[in-house]
Amino acid sequence: MKCIVCVKQVPDTSGVVAVKADGTMDRAAMATITNHDDLAAVEAALRIKDATGCKVVVVSMGPPPAEGMLRELLAMGADEAVLVSAREFGGSDTYATSQILAAAVKKVGVDDDDIIFCGRQAIDGDTAQVGPQIAEKINVPQVSYAADIKVEGKTVTVKRLLEDGYMTLKVQTPCLITCVKELNEARYMSVGGIMECYQKPLAVFDYETLKNDPLIDVDTIGLKGSPTNVYKSFSPPVKGAGMMLEGADKATCEKLVDILNGKHLI
Amino acid sequence: MDFHLSKEQEMLRKMYRDFAENEVKPLAEDVDENERFPEETVKKMAKLGMLGIYFPKEYGGAGGDVLSYVMAVEEMAKVCGTTSVIISAHTSLCAAPIFENGTEEQKAKYLPKLCTGEWLGAFGLTEPGAGTDAQGQQTTAVLDESGENYILNGSKIFITNAGYADVFIIIAITGTVVDKRGRKSKEISAFIVERTDPGFSVGKHERKMGIRGSSTCELIMEDCVIPKDRMLGKKGKGFALAMKTLDGGRIGIAAQALGLAEGAIEECIKYTKERVQFGKRISQFQNTQFQLADMYAKTQAAKWLVYSAAMKKQNHEPYSMDAAMAKLVASETASDVTRRCLQLFGGYGYTREYPMERMMRDAKITEIYEGTSEVQRMVISGGLGIK
Repeated sequence: MKCIVCVKQVPDTSGVVAVKADGTMDRAAMATITNHDDLAAVEAALRIKDATGCKVVVVSMGPPPAEGMLRELLAMGADEAVLVSAREFGGSDTYATSQILAAAVKKVGVDDDDIIFCGRQAIDGDTAQVGPQIAEKINVPQVSYAADIKVEGKTVTVKRLLEDGYMTLKVQTPCLITCVKELNEARYMSVGGIMECYQKPLAVFDYETLKNDPLIDVDTIGLKGSPTNVYKSFSPPVKGAGMMLEGADKATCEKLVDILNGKHLI
Repeated sequence: MDFHLSKEQEMLRKMYRDFAENEVKPLAEDVDENERFPEETVKKMAKLGMLGIYFPKEYGGAGGDVLSYVMAVEEMAKVCGTTSVIISAHTSLCAAPIFENGTEEQKAKYLPKLCTGEWLGAFGLTEPGAGTDAQGQQTTAVLDESGENYILNGSKIFITNAGYADVFIIIAITGTVVDKRGRKSKEISAFIVERTDPGFSVGKHERKMGIRGSSTCELIMEDCVIPKDRMLGKKGKGFALAMKTLDGGRIGIAAQALGLAEGAIEECIKYTKERVQFGKRISQFQNTQFQLADMYAKTQAAKWLVYSAAMKKQNHEPYSMDAAMAKLVASETASDVTRRCLQLFGGYGYTREYPMERMMRDAKITEIYEGTSEVQRMVISGGLGIK
């Protein structure tokens, strides 16, 4: 058995959000972190490893500096890392990204007792599409929004969060599970893990490595293979000063409700 | 010459910082206020390999280097002086002398448990009558009639980690030696004593001005019987072993002082950017700017002294003078910086609502323990051949 975890390096939006003069985000000027939901996915896989001794492989598509993030995940206890990186893969939307990641996951190899983990969504794109799309492309069942995971042989029991509660699902391996950060608290890297992480295997899958997979085609990957294109991005307008409503009567309350309704806040 | 950290050291720094911010800082006020030894933090640090950072993997260590250890002490000290000294005393004063002087049997028995934190370590040298004059030892160790055991009698004071430690390095007199001119002097040896050894007990707990959560106690040995294979290093070489151990320990305390200074500056910058007086943030006043510039520059100077001493120890170069200089400069910087930061906090700095008064109290001890600043000056001037 093994766990394959798909992970994304994202800008640290909790710190300073750098914006270029043209209004787009200045990613190079921002610190990067491992996407929170993805860390929960890694921790989920590492807990299965603690219990069963299975292998954990972390996979990330991104530019070469994403290796730093993968090394950190190896220092937490993952066994192998795969960096999916090529100029051809740049500019991908969720469809193209999941094409490429699905091909990479197939290249790593999915056995019938394996579990693939993803985070629910990345804090930069906020789409929550890539995990489910990978599941479709490698033809395995999926459970999203996992808040608890139990593995017994080839049966995985998942508590799936809904807006007003949760449902409990049983699914057979191989399957794909997307995790929310409330699932667990990710462990720290250990000192010993850090000392070893540069000796652990890290493979780079470039275009050459994956090009023979039917999912990889100039028409399905990268900017050209993306059915959606970002046409324009801009910073949301800064809110002005607060508005004060005088009075503590019913009419004032109704006015407040009207304003909130008008802004679709309630 | 290279002032860059390795990739591993950069990662370690990040891990230490995350751990300090999330696990250590939230407890620091309670640990100080209630003089509480942070047992739960020690367990977590042990699990992450932080109690055996620079010892080889075959002894259960994490396989890091001395600088990696120093950075751990530094990062913890930024948020909690108590937590930093627990690591330092354990690593530098107990695990290190066993690693450097122990027999294979001793190393195999003690290091794996010390490195994984199953056992905590401490070091007993100081006695009521033997502080700076460490040769004034009164504790004795005498072979019993069978010739198989040493019987220890005496006491030690001000022992860091004492209340929670399982393994102690104890310095004691094993006889008298006569030099070439016929002058008599004490023969001093080192021993490994376990908490459960018969006749060994932990006495009074000191109530201190700072590092109040660290456990500082008296050790009492009343006909304490230990097997003779617990002697650490050669008979009669205990004083040299203790002095060498303290050389290493001084780098740890220098790192603690460095972290305290850095932590105080971090808090102070944050505060001066928020606090408004005369319609301005107080960081906009030139006095604030110059004070903080001074403090930062002095702290950086201390930092490179500490790091270079760690590198020399790692590279097995002589480092006694370097350790003494690092500790002298870093500890006096810590005292000065925490005091000046408190001043910038104004009246609030004097209250226990803010961490500054704790940092100032914690900083003072770094000028005293593991050799006072005056002892460091003796070591440095001695190294310069000034007699």
